[in-house]
Amino acid sequence: MATQPFTYELSRGFLPGHRACAGCGQAAAVRVVMEVVGPQCIVTNATGCLEVFSTPYPETAWGVPWIHSLFENQAAVASGIEAALKRQGKLDQIRVLAFGGDGATIDIGFGALSGMFERGHDVLYVCMDNEAYMNTGVQRSGSTPYAASTTTSPAGRASFGEDRPKKDLPAIAAAHGIPYVAVASISYFADLRRKVKRALDIRGAKYLQVHVPCPPGWGYDEKDSMEVGRLAVECGLYPLVEWESGEVVRVRKIQKIPVEDYLKVQRRFRHLMRGEAGKAKIAEIQAVADANIKRYGLTD
Amino acid sequence: MSATASRRKPPLGIVTRPGTSLRNKTGSWGITRPVFDWNKCTGCNTCETICPEGCIRHLEKKQYEADSEYCKGCGMCAAACPAKAITMSTEHR
Amino acid sequence: MRKMIEGSRAVAEAVGLCRPEVISAYPITPQTHIVEELSQIVADGELEAEYVLVESEHSAASVCLGAVAAGSRSYSATTSQGMLLMIEVLYNIAGMRLPLVITGVNRAVSAPLNIWNDQQDTMAVRDTGWLQLYAEDNQECLDMHIQAYKISEDDRVLLPVMVCMDGFILTHTYESVDMPTQEQVDAFLPRYNPLYKLDPADPYTLGAYVGPEMYHEVRYAIHRDCLGAKEVVKEVARDFRAAFGRWAGDVIETYQCDDAEVVFVAMGSVVGTLKEWVDHRRAAGDKVGVLKLRCYRPFPAEELVAALSRAKRVIVLEKAVSMGGYGIVAAELRAALYGHADVPVACAVAGLGGRDVTMGTVDEMYNRAKAGEADFFAGLRTEVLQES
Repeated sequence: MATQPFTYELSRGFLPGHRACAGCGQAAAVRVVMEVVGPQCIVTNATGCLEVFSTPYPETAWGVPWIHSLFENQAAVASGIEAALKRQGKLDQIRVLAFGGDGATIDIGFGALSGMFERGHDVLYVCMDNEAYMNTGVQRSGSTPYAASTTTSPAGRASFGEDRPKKDLPAIAAAHGIPYVAVASISYFADLRRKVKRALDIRGAKYLQVHVPCPPGWGYDEKDSMEVGRLAVECGLYPLVEWESGEVVRVRKIQKIPVEDYLKVQRRFRHLMRGEAGKAKIAEIQAVADANIKRYGLTD
Repeated sequence: MSATASRRKPPLGIVTRPGTSLRNKTGSWGITRPVFDWNKCTGCNTCETICPEGCIRHLEKKQYEADSEYCKGCGMCAAACPAKAITMSTEHR
Repeated sequence: MRKMIEGSRAVAEAVGLCRPEVISAYPITPQTHIVEELSQIVADGELEAEYVLVESEHSAASVCLGAVAAGSRSYSATTSQGMLLMIEVLYNIAGMRLPLVITGVNRAVSAPLNIWNDQQDTMAVRDTGWLQLYAEDNQECLDMHIQAYKISEDDRVLLPVMVCMDGFILTHTYESVDMPTQEQVDAFLPRYNPLYKLDPADPYTLGAYVGPEMYHEVRYAIHRDCLGAKEVVKEVARDFRAAFGRWAGDVIETYQCDDAEVVFVAMGSVVGTLKEWVDHRRAAGDKVGVLKLRCYRPFPAEELVAALSRAKRVIVLEKAVSMGGYGIVAAELRAALYGHADVPVACAVAGLGGRDVTMGTVDEMYNRAKAGEADFFAGLRTEVLQES
């Protein structure tokens, strides 16, 4: 029923025709980020969902200069691009972005990321956190939350799923003393936009971690990505915090709902919903949320 | 490429021209498509912002539509619309 | 200008003359003096470059990859464990057809840990698509870096080049070298002019994934262009001679091989030892010669066959071993000669982990090969092995 044909300019940065799952939180988040960044940028991208669904040769959904190298080295590749632009005198006009999933950023790329932070390259690193190695089939990562079922930390007769807490990379990034660290969620896109803008106004190393719900990986109907992301934030499990030079400067207040409201809508936590042992796990998860709320002052 | 005619083409498989994903019409993926009730629309722009494909646009304020060539029918727009102005329908595919 | 400087210093100065815009390195013995000298050159304002001191060799190579992709000539150097750590990135750089020069200082690999010279590390990366040139002495080494950029950035090549120099033997030795001037190098080596780069003015996607329907062809094209690079290596060597008046061979260099009955084949500094040995033997009446394999990748099969067909015996001195296989260069040479010339090729592994290759060691190789041994380690301390 279109009146005139739709047009998609390259300057959008990220175009349709990519092969993300229907309802992909990450694809939505990338669009929000690129809308703020604009076309005067160079993007590096780790191996993962985003890279794979956006660039099956000879198709590419990117309208801006974009490079994919390996899984763990985007922070280093971005550092090299930044150094080259600096030498060429173009760093003021061209922004350098690095995209990586939680696996690429928090696990295998941790060393390169820390090095980039330590050297203070003028790069905005955006971690798309869907809390597992989604592209390869939902295997656990260091970012997988406690008690989530993944294919390598499955719930079973002898297991409650992931038995380690979620690695707190934003706090680790902040501990490097870099000028700006922020946690965002696709479900709060205006807040996400503001954080991207804030990051781009600052020179130096910036880290932005975006919670991006994943329908097949987390197990919910694809239309509900925004709602699931909202529940994660409102129960305190995904605090939206901002740090500048290592100090917390802002948090987003939450309503505070029980974690169970968030857990019960996802298949990856369904095993917790029966029996006394499941209840005990939920209580442990509630304690994690409560600790976040206390630590960052998410209520009052 | 701004290369002169005398230079070679890039080596095979290395460089892709931008935006070539547009030839992949993902509209064939979905079963449903959004129907926009312009009377209920408040013009908040949520649907256009969060569509993972980026295939929703507004013609005027409060007049939105989706591109059937790329819409995967995920229903995120309908679920997220604060005014409940979007319904997913099989009839318009 | 003539200077008496350390090999590492010679390389650092030569690299500086090539005007890299981005340098990235991680320190590892015996590459350290190169990166230290370059740091001083930059710190003294003699070279304007971004020097990115990374947290690992994997990142050093990745920084160079990003910088070249963004249009800036770059440089790194590594050895041994660092070479092995960056293997993944080396494959990636070659696969993405990005011109780059890295100095591969040759050092043994762990385990056991050993910081002294052999060539196991660069042998381990011979399949990556990188060109490999091996230097006999410090003059050749510094000249090679200048040639390497020209080869690498040539549109017919667009593959990275590794300049291999023996750790400690060349890096930490003082030799008299003739260092070119900046004007001479600028005239020989123009600014890097990328065929494509990351630039918002003309955006591209680099590094898309390629499926079975085309990966086969992409890899074939790399192999084909790597083989074709041989002609560019030769051409650049000739151009260098014309511009600078120096010649150290192109893909090979022969010494006393024309009428030689036994020819040694080797790479790197040990060629100098072998030339010395040849002189001694010739004085005693033996018809021997040595062939320096200067360009190992691409492998100059035709040139080797032409140079060695008339010999009665060839002995390859290898400073590496393919465990469970045997010699690496020897195997490739035997394959090249097959069907062309019936020359027995012996493989003598020597000098691993910095073990000195002496006149006596070469005598041993010569005698054992003449006695018909095909594959052996020369200079083994049998009294030590009795315990194992």
